[in-house]
Amino acid sequence: MSMGAAGTQTAATDGSAVPATDEFLKGVWKQNPVFVQVLGMCPVLAVSNTATNALAMGSATMAVLVLSNLAVSCLRQVIPPQVRIVTYILIIATLVTIVDHLIQAWSVELHRALGAFISLIVVNCLILGRAEALAAHSSPLRALWDALGMGTGFLLALFCLGAVRELIGSGSLFGVSVLGPQYQGWVVMMLPPGGFFVLAGWLMLFSWVGRPAHAVAAGLPDRASELGRKA
Amino acid sequence: MQALRDILDRVHPLFVKGGILEKAYPMYEALDTFLYTPGETTKRVTHVRDGIDLKRMMSMVVLSLIPVTLFGMWNAGYQANNAITKMAAAGQDYSLDWHHTIHSAFGFGHDPTSFLDNFVYGAIHFLPIYIVCMFVGGHIELVFSVLRGHEINEGFLVTGLLFPLTLPASIPLWQVAIGIAFGVIVAKEVFGGTGRNFLNVALTARAFLYFAYAEQISGNQVWTAVDGFSGATALGQMAVAEGGAVASLSSIQYPWGDGSMSLLSAFVGTIQGSIGETSALLCIVGAAILIATGIGSWKIMAGVVGGTVVTTLLMNAFDFGTNPMMAVPFYWHLCIGGLAFGLVFMATDPVSASMTETGKWIYGGLIGFMTILIRVVNPAFPEGIMLAILFGNVFAPLIDYFVIEANIKRRAARYAAT
Repeated sequence: MSMGAAGTQTAATDGSAVPATDEFLKGVWKQNPVFVQVLGMCPVLAVSNTATNALAMGSATMAVLVLSNLAVSCLRQVIPPQVRIVTYILIIATLVTIVDHLIQAWSVELHRALGAFISLIVVNCLILGRAEALAAHSSPLRALWDALGMGTGFLLALFCLGAVRELIGSGSLFGVSVLGPQYQGWVVMMLPPGGFFVLAGWLMLFSWVGRPAHAVAAGLPDRASELGRKA
Repeated sequence: MQALRDILDRVHPLFVKGGILEKAYPMYEALDTFLYTPGETTKRVTHVRDGIDLKRMMSMVVLSLIPVTLFGMWNAGYQANNAITKMAAAGQDYSLDWHHTIHSAFGFGHDPTSFLDNFVYGAIHFLPIYIVCMFVGGHIELVFSVLRGHEINEGFLVTGLLFPLTLPASIPLWQVAIGIAFGVIVAKEVFGGTGRNFLNVALTARAFLYFAYAEQISGNQVWTAVDGFSGATALGQMAVAEGGAVASLSSIQYPWGDGSMSLLSAFVGTIQGSIGETSALLCIVGAAILIATGIGSWKIMAGVVGGTVVTTLLMNAFDFGTNPMMAVPFYWHLCIGGLAFGLVFMATDPVSASMTETGKWIYGGLIGFMTILIRVVNPAFPEGIMLAILFGNVFAPLIDYFVIEANIKRRAARYAAT
């Protein structure tokens, strides 16, 4: 629902130059890293089995993304272009190690639930992609807004998946029973296939809701059914 | 019959464009063409048409399923009555549910030697499953065809019968509803409806239930419709066998003591299992109907049997005594579990199978191979045919692609040579 609100806001602010807001909102809605760009699928599918895991994973990724974008942007004049990817990875890996230790210090249980996926943030293509595509040639302020937007988009997307999967899979949210004790959860939703089902549902929703305004006005089909027609 | 035709013709104007029931046209169309041969001709560019259309094709599949269905009903009742009688004789605790209430209200008993007792008790289990499945799946189909503005396709008549036959008689009805809803929506409608489902709809629905509610569709408690009963199926027994897998079939643990299973009973189908899957004999009858009418591909069926036999012989050859399943001979594999049912009615589904003639052999062989691999090597799942067919479905387009590419290459080479 918050995504719908963000969408209308983006449409309204189009043209009237508010770069910071635009920079932020494009990551949340127009270029949402999961639902539009389909980046970083590994953690999205693997640790979105409960809302808690999804939020923790999303926050950890967001923290690394913000800090790495800032660092890359600040160092962009001194990083030699030949070794830039290695340097980005080094920066990201350092940050991930810090986040890893922080999570472990804060809650061992959560750390165990997220498992190897915290370390795997290093190779999340979203973070490397933002560093290479934007932070490497932008001011720190712009990089910060971009990272905040993309991070929020990723966090929201993970939460959308995690909440639906936990609700259907075990009838609870954040471990609190919502649908009552008589509800028998669909175990399959907690397993990897459930991640694919829910992701497909959200992608369908986004391609349908997110179709361009002129297409809606002209009664044109959405992207998904257009693809279906071509096939 | 003319009166029926007249009624249909009289209400026809209500359903055409501009009529008050315009939105409900698919329902009218479905009934009309179900009863009568459609009067319409091809609207676009002409092309070759077979004398038999989709509806008649689906009717033939349903026809070929009738022997299995009738036997399945009798067997579900027989297994339950047999268990009830023996558990009562042994002084075991068991409980009966609303099925029994209806059964005894009609004045039937639980005598396993009485044909009627068995058949009626089985029917009381099967028919509610079938009705729920048709009701839920049919309405989803209806909603989609009204939204999309096309006619209702008969594909569901087959799916709606296949799905209940793959379920244990004791399955809760709400699970049937969820399963078929998932199958129809996710495996068929989101991909564009009948003819565009790349997965077999009935098996997708079953696989969903299998992974969502494993408790009610696997294990030792569910296959005979008596609460408190517990007894392994042939595959379940073999999977946990110590020593010889086939030999262990002589000592299956039932509540009333040990029991044994012979190859003949496994072939004829008087063993417990999913409603429609037990009888390999009647699956052969169904296969004969499908092949004679040209609807089911004999190449796919032969491919699955071939894949099964070859893989089993390989397993037998590499049996070092570590896994008793390795030593199970192929004739046992073909008779137990859902292999016969799956290979005749599921693998031959023309939409989700390979289209090319060479591809059908490869597709069938792959399914046979995977079934045995899952049964023998994978300790998590005693039965493999369901997952193997879904696996084959996913690979079917790829197999077709390579067959066609190979054909193009061969012809290009021939053309270059001349």
